[in-house]
Amino acid sequence: MIRHSLFIALLFAYASSYGQEEGESLLDLLGEEEEVTNYASASFKTTRIINSQSIENVAEGVLDFKISHRFGRVNGGLSEFFGLDQATIRLGLDYGITDRLMIGIGRSTVQKAIDGFAKYKLLRQSTGKKNMPVTLSLYSSIMVNAQPWANPERENYFSSRLFYTHQILLGRKFSNGTSLMLMPTVVHRNLVESTAIENTVYALGIGGRQKLTNRLALTFEYIYVLPDQIADIYTNSLSIGFDIETGGHVFQLHFTNSLGMMDKQYITETTGEWGKGDIHFGFNISRVFTLKDTRINPQE
Amino acid sequence: MKTIITVLLITVTTALSAQTKYFTRNGTVTFFSSAPMEDITAENYNATAVLDTETGAVEFSVLMKSFNFKKALMQEHFNENYVESDKFPKSTFKAKIVNMDEIDLSKDGSYPAQVEGEMTIHGVTQSISPEGTIVVKGENVKLESKFIVKPEDYDIEIPDVVREKIAKEIEVTVMADLEPLKR
Repeated sequence: MIRHSLFIALLFAYASSYGQEEGESLLDLLGEEEEVTNYASASFKTTRIINSQSIENVAEGVLDFKISHRFGRVNGGLSEFFGLDQATIRLGLDYGITDRLMIGIGRSTVQKAIDGFAKYKLLRQSTGKKNMPVTLSLYSSIMVNAQPWANPERENYFSSRLFYTHQILLGRKFSNGTSLMLMPTVVHRNLVESTAIENTVYALGIGGRQKLTNRLALTFEYIYVLPDQIADIYTNSLSIGFDIETGGHVFQLHFTNSLGMMDKQYITETTGEWGKGDIHFGFNISRVFTLKDTRINPQE
Repeated sequence: MKTIITVLLITVTTALSAQTKYFTRNGTVTFFSSAPMEDITAENYNATAVLDTETGAVEFSVLMKSFNFKKALMQEHFNENYVESDKFPKSTFKAKIVNMDEIDLSKDGSYPAQVEGEMTIHGVTQSISPEGTIVVKGENVKLESKFIVKPEDYDIEIPDVVREKIAKEIEVTVMADLEPLKR
């Protein structure tokens, strides 16, 4: 009988030492891993789709120097070298205060304007422990028109130079290559050309990107201004472009019917019509500088 | 009497086998790329490792998204363009310490380890045999190893424009402090 139980015991010993079969993973012994929240990243290559903001932010401690150019209209013909004779520029600096809050300033040749903005990521698309289907950011900008007064003889107030834009940036990365955005927008102009047009303009933007390869993506954005708010000479902004990524740079090349690159300029003052060939070739170059090392070493 | 012996034997044998397994969830994996234009380092402090000292079997697993770079954009490019972390979230190393019988776990000390195994990165598996060190200290076992990984061996494409920034051979350092796995 003792022999019998010895046999059973040995059988157990055998079973426990050879329970680990070939091909089975030792890591399975640790059981289920703790679930982590997996945030969607790189929905867009940069913080802009083309003119519009994207749902991306620069990371904490990162300074992004943006150089944006828009040339003249391609229908200017050979004498204008298809628009390349003229150039308008916006130079900008964006900075990430935290991974979710970024600020930026810029200066443009159009209207000799200066702008400043803040963008905050309120919701982040994620799966895993926390589940969130969309990314939602709040965006506000202010622009100062620094041109000489159009009517210097009348009494002018500084506040008349100011323009405000507020947006909700709602986006989702549907797959590794496809991201789409909706942008409900309000632009407030303190001073407008006539009483017949609105000071406050409501618009809805849509935008997206489709990756073609890991380093090349197709982008588009369209800003629909709700009817009867702006003068008839203005149309909706439509832009189509490519994002090309090299090491530390992102080049955005695009065609757009908007000349201005600041919010109120492209949303409410686009004059070009795609159908007539009033298209501007343009590019944005983004160069980032990491000013702060935010890595955490748990062993220090 | 016989029941007691049975129970005793079962307890002893299971206790013995339980002590042969060691693990960690906080292993360190770092890599270093030295190229003419740029040196790049990245750290991962969440590597999982299990060692079975009875068979010498050892396994590592790291989440690629847990590698931290100094530059946020570099980290994004690493995940997006190079290792494609969405498609291949984990890298694993399934190996055997060939000279396990030369390592005396009951005695504190540092022992050289011959490792042979299969490394899977970016969905591609390669056989490698790095050398490592096993440091025994009391109840704990520390694994250390340094070896070279070539991105091209794992179908990680590096375009010519960044050729001057990313080395062809990446030095990987692994450090894992293992503790006994209690079941």
